[in-house]
Amino acid sequence: MKVFSKVILALVVSCAFVASATAGTLEDVKARGELRCVVTTGLVGFAFPDDAGQWNGFDVDFCRATAAAVLGDAKKVKFVTSTGKTRFTKLNAAEGDVLWRNTTITFSRDVNVKLTFVGVNYYDGQGFMVKKELGVKSATELDGATVCIQTGTTTELNLSDYFKQQNMKYEAVPIETNDEARSNYLSGRCDVYTTDASGLAATRAALPDPSAHVILPEIISKEPLGPAVRQGDDQWADIVRWVLNATITAEEKGVTSANADQMKSSNDQEIKRLLGVEGSQGKELGLSDDWAYNIIKQVGNYGEIFERNIGTSTKIGLARGLNGLWTKGGLQYSPPFR
Amino acid sequence: MAENVSQDEGKTLSHLWRNKESRAVIIQIVTLVVILIFIGLILRNISINLKAIGKDFNFDFLFIPAGYDITFQPILDYSPEDNHLWAGVIGIVNTLLVAISGIILATILGFTLGVLRLSSNWLINKMSYVFLEFTRNVPLLLHILFVHAIITHTLPIPKNAISLNDTFFLTNRAIYLPEPIFESGFWLTAVAFFAAIVFIYYFKIWAKKTQDETGQIYPVFWISVAALFGAPIIIFLVSGSPLSWGIPVLKGFNFKGGLAIRPEFIALWLALSYYTATYIAEIVRGGILAISYGQTEAASALGLRKNRVLQLILIPQTLRIIIPPLTSQYLNLTKNSSLAIAIGYMDVVATIGGISLMQTGKEVETMLIVLLTYLFFSLLISAIMNFFNRKIRFKER
Ligand SMILES: N[C@@H](CCC(=O)N[C@@H](CS)C(=O)NCC(=O)O)C(=O)O
Repeated sequence: MKVFSKVILALVVSCAFVASATAGTLEDVKARGELRCVVTTGLVGFAFPDDAGQWNGFDVDFCRATAAAVLGDAKKVKFVTSTGKTRFTKLNAAEGDVLWRNTTITFSRDVNVKLTFVGVNYYDGQGFMVKKELGVKSATELDGATVCIQTGTTTELNLSDYFKQQNMKYEAVPIETNDEARSNYLSGRCDVYTTDASGLAATRAALPDPSAHVILPEIISKEPLGPAVRQGDDQWADIVRWVLNATITAEEKGVTSANADQMKSSNDQEIKRLLGVEGSQGKELGLSDDWAYNIIKQVGNYGEIFERNIGTSTKIGLARGLNGLWTKGGLQYSPPFR
Repeated sequence: MAENVSQDEGKTLSHLWRNKESRAVIIQIVTLVVILIFIGLILRNISINLKAIGKDFNFDFLFIPAGYDITFQPILDYSPEDNHLWAGVIGIVNTLLVAISGIILATILGFTLGVLRLSSNWLINKMSYVFLEFTRNVPLLLHILFVHAIITHTLPIPKNAISLNDTFFLTNRAIYLPEPIFESGFWLTAVAFFAAIVFIYYFKIWAKKTQDETGQIYPVFWISVAALFGAPIIIFLVSGSPLSWGIPVLKGFNFKGGLAIRPEFIALWLALSYYTATYIAEIVRGGILAISYGQTEAASALGLRKNRVLQLILIPQTLRIIIPPLTSQYLNLTKNSSLAIAIGYMDVVATIGGISLMQTGKEVETMLIVLLTYLFFSLLISAIMNFFNRKIRFKER
């Protein structure tokens, strides 16, 4: 009889599971006291664990910014790793609250996979990397080459389009993670590695001899990379959208982690609203009024996050380019805090 | 009155419970109901949760272009413009391919190892023992990764390919073999081959009948072999050798022409085979040991030659013992082939259950397809093995 009562108990518990997985992400995160953030399995500069097991990177910092906004503490993040293929399932199965994982916004992901994308934190495009010794100068010389490609990515879909357009043939080697791609590329299993140009730069920087590899000049696609949340929770989508906007606005207004406290007494009204000195924007989002202050103070503004992880001073050495502020010829543009 | 009735009912109920047989029935009914409720709840759960994120349940996605590449498609043609359904079919064929070739190799290796384990030669005995223990105690996934790494990291890139006679080439991208190109007229040879099979079938029946009637024994095995190879070869030569070979040649980055066997396939195939072979070896060893030596002695006493003893006494009885556990090893091998994904071999899990799932967001539907595929293969293997089992079962006379 004991077994029976256990089974009945299990049934009752599973009934409780029926409670829908979408609504109330904010409450869930607050109750848990921890943000679950879906990131890559490891891509230097964007999301990777250092020797001490501490996660670092561009996307990781946006996870931390989200935690700072919601929980007031940038450290309260649990990182959920995912391959290109598993990321949306993990998000939709509520293993994570938000996805910051160099993910391209596309129609089918938005509409068919039922994700909500809330902005672009990196404007990118797909490129190719080859060993210098091959003497290849342009992607148009790649006819017949063997190409390593991560499965479940947009880059996988662009590749065949591009080669067909150029009337060239290729052999694809589908691969799960960036780590595997690196190993196959190094062993010569493939001649070319193709992925987002930012990902290539990061992968190249982590190779034993980066100068022995070249990234070809062709960029064959648009890859707007941005955060995603599950469809159907508008409040949570708003929060993630304005976390990103807060970092961009902060850079535009010159608010940094170093001067955030002084800036509270600035006489720019938008800065005051951003830092929660005036207005009640935090409360309207369901957060505390110093939510954006916490982001900037604990993590930094967009420019700081960029430079610290992938900027020209790092070994990855990416220029701001398209990701400069709109005032400086780039595309990063935040709607006003009003 | 009313109280009395309910008391009576209470009595009969507890009576039913105390009776061993009726209690068994009650427990079974309750268990069934609980399981059905559980399944119902899971289905309800799925549909509610799907609705909550705005997804519906349908298979329309199967007919939109898949868009992704599949490296290994030796039998059917596939290109990214084909739809998800076709990508899934390619995946299923790849699963089947590695499962069948794995079962064949695992059986050969397993029987060999099993016999070696019984060898009275100390060195052979101990070496096979060490190999067995080592292999069985390391997870299969590591074997697969290990073989794959050996191939891709020790073999050279195409430019420095190891060439055997300029017809076979070993590289870390593929092992290239000459490809048979059938010319018109080859069908005659094929017909001869099938005719030989039909001949062997009837010849066997005839030989058995003759032996029963006259006691005359024909060398059935050698005549069969001669027919199977002889007939097609003679026809082939007579019809002017209508077959040529496409030799692989290095052009640019890669070899063109010829058959390319990819390291992903080789690694998965070898690892699955030798891993499963270690289990089969133990089954074979046990099966042989289970037949008492007295039978061999009795057979020789009757004057049967050594190979007849093996053929008529030992092998049939051993098979009877080992086929059921062998079946479960074949099932294991087939299911274990889903580890393919670790090295990028595009099987049914990697295609429809992986990339298609991810591109379309149809988790439930794609997983259902994958599940049903394995279920179907498993039932098929069981059915075939049960058929064999019935054929060789003791026929009481
Ligand atoms: N932006 C593309 C590709 C994203 C992608 O998977 N990038 C790779 C290389 S840049 C990556 O992050 N790999 C890390 C990992 O393997 O976990 C997409 O969204 O499909």
